[in-house]
Amino acid sequence: MNDDSQPAAVRARGIVKSFGTGDTQITVLKGIDLDIYLGELLLLVGESGGGKTTLLSAIAGILDINEGNIDVLGVPLSALPANKRTRFRGQTMGFIYQQFNLLPALTAAENVAVPLLIQNIGRSEALRRARGMLNRVGLPDRTEFLPKNLSGGQQQRVAIARALVNEPRLLICDEPTAALDGPNGQKIMELLREVGRSPDRCVIVVTHDSRIFHFGDRMASLTDGRITNIERIQQEGTA
Amino acid sequence: MNYVALKMLFGDRAKYLMLLCGLTFAVMLIVQQGSIFWGLMMWSQASITNLNVPIWVTDPGIAQVDEVKPLADTAVDRVRSLDGVEWAVPLYKGLLRARLATGEYHQITLTGLESATLIGRPAEVQEGRFEDILQPDAVVLDQWAVERMGGPTVVRVGTIFELNDKLARVVAIAKTQKSFTNIPVVYTTYEGAMRYVPRERRILSYVLAKHKDGVPVEDVVQRIRTQTGLGAFTQEDFGFKTYMWVLVNTGIGINFGTTILLGFIVGMAIAGQTFYLFTIENLRQFGALKAMGASSFTLARMILLQAFTVGLTGYGVGIGLATVFGFLTAQGGNLPFAETWQLLLLVLVALLAICLVSASVSIIKLARLEPAIVFR
Ligand SMILES: Nc1ncnc2c1ncn2[C@@H]1O[C@H](COP(=O)(O)OP(=O)(O)O)[C@@H](O)[C@H]1O
Ligand SMILES: [Mg+2]
Repeated sequence: MNDDSQPAAVRARGIVKSFGTGDTQITVLKGIDLDIYLGELLLLVGESGGGKTTLLSAIAGILDINEGNIDVLGVPLSALPANKRTRFRGQTMGFIYQQFNLLPALTAAENVAVPLLIQNIGRSEALRRARGMLNRVGLPDRTEFLPKNLSGGQQQRVAIARALVNEPRLLICDEPTAALDGPNGQKIMELLREVGRSPDRCVIVVTHDSRIFHFGDRMASLTDGRITNIERIQQEGTA
Repeated sequence: MNYVALKMLFGDRAKYLMLLCGLTFAVMLIVQQGSIFWGLMMWSQASITNLNVPIWVTDPGIAQVDEVKPLADTAVDRVRSLDGVEWAVPLYKGLLRARLATGEYHQITLTGLESATLIGRPAEVQEGRFEDILQPDAVVLDQWAVERMGGPTVVRVGTIFELNDKLARVVAIAKTQKSFTNIPVVYTTYEGAMRYVPRERRILSYVLAKHKDGVPVEDVVQRIRTQTGLGAFTQEDFGFKTYMWVLVNTGIGINFGTTILLGFIVGMAIAGQTFYLFTIENLRQFGALKAMGASSFTLARMILLQAFTVGLTGYGVGIGLATVFGFLTAQGGNLPFAETWQLLLLVLVALLAICLVSASVSIIKLARLEPAIVFR
């Protein structure tokens, strides 16, 4: 599907990131090279504490790195001043977290509308589009519920709708199924594949849940601060 | 995003109420303490404000109203003769001992008003007619005198007692602002006072005067000073002088001032702290917003909106409660409580300032916040 002549949506080169100083300093990322292409769902796997979240944060431009370059859609992130980077992130990226991170005081629809409100889209228009998005993730009858009245799987669907409402080119998911049971995790991954993946978008999913490996197009392994292996995953029925 | 900010604020009822309680308590504490302080200060000027005349002429070395330094009898005429003076009348004010029929002694302040005009008489009379003071041996008490001397069963209109072994007959009860020393006030005429007071060389305590309409009172005060060599003050200045004296020379300034300052600091610390905690607890939510592309400027605006909303609400509720408290405790003027607009304005400004400060601290914290925390 992706040949290497196509330009990468995300191009990371030589990324080094350390935390702390002096004796307590640990280098979590020790020179990461990684390309992610439009249209694919890339799985990033590795053991817990291995630096997967750190790498995601770096790609999202919400964590400063010590060395290396990251281009997103041809834009060098590190060259952007902080406020431009924030705006760029709001316009091009969507996030899905293990802990959902919905605002507890807002209804499902209001939560989904937040990225649009941040872009200064009017409230009624934002809510209209948010309801449409909730419809697509299978929650048409839960739009006015508060997060606490939704199940974990439903909350994660709301989070997916929120991540997608802005039509982001880059969808960043950190262990999106880790807080869910097996069947719910499967449904969330199905949704991410169906609704999230599109030809002009790339999806990165961090996981260590082998039950969802088959949802990816490629799988990158992060070991000891480096990408040690990238393999293409054979899709059932498409081999 | 204002909408989101307000929803975040009101959405968590428990947290919001905590926050509101903290701010309300702070405002209440300050307003209540400040009002009591101010009330005490008003009491310290009561012997001036109860007479309510524009100009007080005094001994040039006067320190405060209750420490009388007598003037020469000629002072009244000298003041009368000056340009811009509409009228000037004598006033006697001095401490005397009253002996009740029961044999009890009470120290009282005798106030002698000029009989022709009765200038300086209390504005309100509770019982009887003030004009009856012109009858022989007649005196008028204020309600605090009745209270201090044993209540209405012991002292009332018609009661006869002795002032310096001379008869005094109560013909009316006046209603006045309670004074700081709470020494009972007995009104008589200036001539009456001369009868009661033991023979001294000088009996004139103060000259009360008024400026002519159209002449600025400050000019007349200045003229009295330069042309007579006496002290002269507007009512406000003399009141100010008196309460500054009380502040500096009695424990009240230090004691109450410290309490109020502490109340103020504690109140403001509580207000700032509660709001800061509120933001810290919401850090993760703000981090999520930042990850979704909300600029630091947007987050700052949200926090300011939250701070001022809860600040103004706490202000309103706190003032309401303090007022109710004051109304209940100070009913009848028995406790000092004066809630002035200056105090309310001061508290408002201080509260807004503290909201601004704690919001700024939160904003700086957020600006430094790595939105990466949302992944944790
Ligand atoms: N802000 C931070 N300060 C210090 N150490 C950190 C910080 N963030 C992550 N780390 C450390 O970096 C390592 C990798 O963390 P993380 O990227 O969360 O791993 P993963 O997501 O693969 O479980 C861990 O040892 C973690 O303790
Ligand atoms: Mg992680």
